[in-house]
Amino acid sequence: MEQVLLALFTMVVAVLGCIGYFWGSNWLLGLIYPDKGKNGAANIQKSAALRPWLFMGPAILLLSVYLIYPVFNSLYLSLHGSSGQEFVGFANYTWLINDEKFAESFINNMLWLGIVPAASTFFGLLAAALTDRISWGNIAKSLIFMPMAISFIGASIIWKFVYDFRGEEVEQIGILNAILVHFGAEPQAWIVMPVWNSVFLMIILIWIQTGFAMVILSAALRGIPEETLEAATLDGANPLQIFLQIKVPQIWGSVAVVWTTITILVLKVFDIVMAMTNGQWGSQVLANYMFDWMFRGHDFGRSATIALVIMLLVLPVMIWNVRNLRKEN
Amino acid sequence: MGAILGKNSALTWVVHISVLLLVLLWTIPTVGLLISSLRDKDQLVATGWWPSFSTVERNLIKRSAPASEQLKETGKYLLKGNVFADQAGTVTAFGWRSQKPGAYVPGDTVQMRKGKTLKIEADGRYLLTSPTAFTSKRGARLFVTVLEKPIFTLDNYSEVLFAEGLGKSFLNTMTVTIPATVIPILIAAFAAYALAWMEFPGRAIFLAIVVGLLVVPLQMSLIPLLKLYTNIGIGKSYLGIWLAHTGFGLPLAIYLLRNYIAGLPREIIESARVDGANDFQIFVRIILPLSFPALASFAIFQFLWVWNDLLIATVFLGNNEEQLVMTGRLREMLGSRGGNWEILTASAFVSILVPLIVFFSLQKYLVRGLLSGSVKGG
Repeated sequence: MEQVLLALFTMVVAVLGCIGYFWGSNWLLGLIYPDKGKNGAANIQKSAALRPWLFMGPAILLLSVYLIYPVFNSLYLSLHGSSGQEFVGFANYTWLINDEKFAESFINNMLWLGIVPAASTFFGLLAAALTDRISWGNIAKSLIFMPMAISFIGASIIWKFVYDFRGEEVEQIGILNAILVHFGAEPQAWIVMPVWNSVFLMIILIWIQTGFAMVILSAALRGIPEETLEAATLDGANPLQIFLQIKVPQIWGSVAVVWTTITILVLKVFDIVMAMTNGQWGSQVLANYMFDWMFRGHDFGRSATIALVIMLLVLPVMIWNVRNLRKEN
Repeated sequence: MGAILGKNSALTWVVHISVLLLVLLWTIPTVGLLISSLRDKDQLVATGWWPSFSTVERNLIKRSAPASEQLKETGKYLLKGNVFADQAGTVTAFGWRSQKPGAYVPGDTVQMRKGKTLKIEADGRYLLTSPTAFTSKRGARLFVTVLEKPIFTLDNYSEVLFAEGLGKSFLNTMTVTIPATVIPILIAAFAAYALAWMEFPGRAIFLAIVVGLLVVPLQMSLIPLLKLYTNIGIGKSYLGIWLAHTGFGLPLAIYLLRNYIAGLPREIIESARVDGANDFQIFVRIILPLSFPALASFAIFQFLWVWNDLLIATVFLGNNEEQLVMTGRLREMLGSRGGNWEILTASAFVSILVPLIVFFSLQKYLVRGLLSGSVKGG
């Protein structure tokens, strides 16, 4: 209990500290450049020029330390050995290219990239289109959206229970195998079947992300101007035609947002693989492989190199986002 | 749209049934976990959770009373008792060899080796007879197939919370989450206001950097920060993880809040400026109160994210008994208690309970945050 009190205390201190900083720096600014007196007008301009930097100061500091500096430090580390001390040139990169487990992780990540965003978007669009038409749609939405609140590791336990496998002679307590047995098939150990096990892990992420896709796409569908739909109806289009030919083309922007957001998430997927297989049976992915080299391999150089590969894969989406932002402004 | 659909009732039914199927697919895994976590731990591994409301059939191995309790009647040695020690049940079959555990029906008298006999009644009473004295101190093995009433209990929960250390982990997670949710909000709000309403050179570039940082993989930051923490002496501590979550949460916080604050009506801010308020006063008196919905959205995001995080906690907090958070505990249990479903299901449910409460009670803000974060940003 004490530490929760400590946490609350820290929170109060931090909030007061923030208020103190912003209020204090603003007060100091007023003291240095008073807006009354003979230089009043010039002083107001000077303090207005400085104030944005006071407002952004803490954010800039934190972003630099936690996100910008690490990018450069990782570049540095990737050219150095396991402890980060001795310079090794491109040895980590040549190791990476020839490493079988890296190839496996990379291919698996590509599989994840091909399947998870597509499936989540598809199911999200389906759920959005269907729930918008029925009276209990909001309850349905809430329930499909719910997995988003569940941690990846919690979701992994939930699904590990679904996939549970036991020998043929005992009763199955995993629902998937129970259904198979009910229909006369043999129970399968899903998690240890190479290639397929990755698909079973992907299902977990699809289960989590469909709700996100549904929420965004449902809002986009509702934003479609009524006139276009009315015109199509008058022309005799059936509901399916209206959906595929009128609605979907109008929400491409939102589909792209959903797709790229889930893509980023997929590149960073770590918890699910770690909890379900820890990369065994051919299911390794980059983020977990990087973690492996960091904590079990104790090799900062190789680990940082793998992290850079993830960064490189994220880069196109980053550029796309920034370009969109500039177009918008 | 309703009018169009109304004409086509077959299609309406297809829609209802499809949604029902989707909802079932999306909820059944969690429901299974919840039901299983409430079941008796022996029944949990005997049958699936879906028939758990009917009686449960189980194959058990029981032992008769030890030789010391034997009676001698009319030249025979007898052992009596009941296979159900504490609760009632029904025996549907029994046997005395492991190869054929359910070979006989209750009430039969079965010949065993060396002239011994065994009889088990449906209510569990058994009778062993032997021409010579029993010698086994542990009693003979009795194989029975029994029907039990379903048992629902909170025992699994009390076990994980008090014996498995999940209670301590729950407090650790709270300790991490509370400051890590609140600290970024104010820092981000000031920066967001500057980016939305203050004129300064480089504003567009800063905004672009924030948007770029939104997607930087955290994997990138782990090693450099771990080294930095070791060098400056923060090490593995709550302070370190609070700051880390603050830093990693800032891009989303600034971006969400900037979108919202930039959308506030210009007239309010202009008129306050005309009245002689400076930016600090405008921010505190006008922007902050008006931005409550956006602040709430971000707070929920950050709360869920920090509460559910495993990666940052594993790297920046110790994995010892003192500092293990709930996600870390779950991961450890998956390794050490992989087959103990009563422990895994109850622990998982404890860990997802708080996020689910937050989710269902504050869903409105969550949805609003998602929409302002992505639809506009795209």
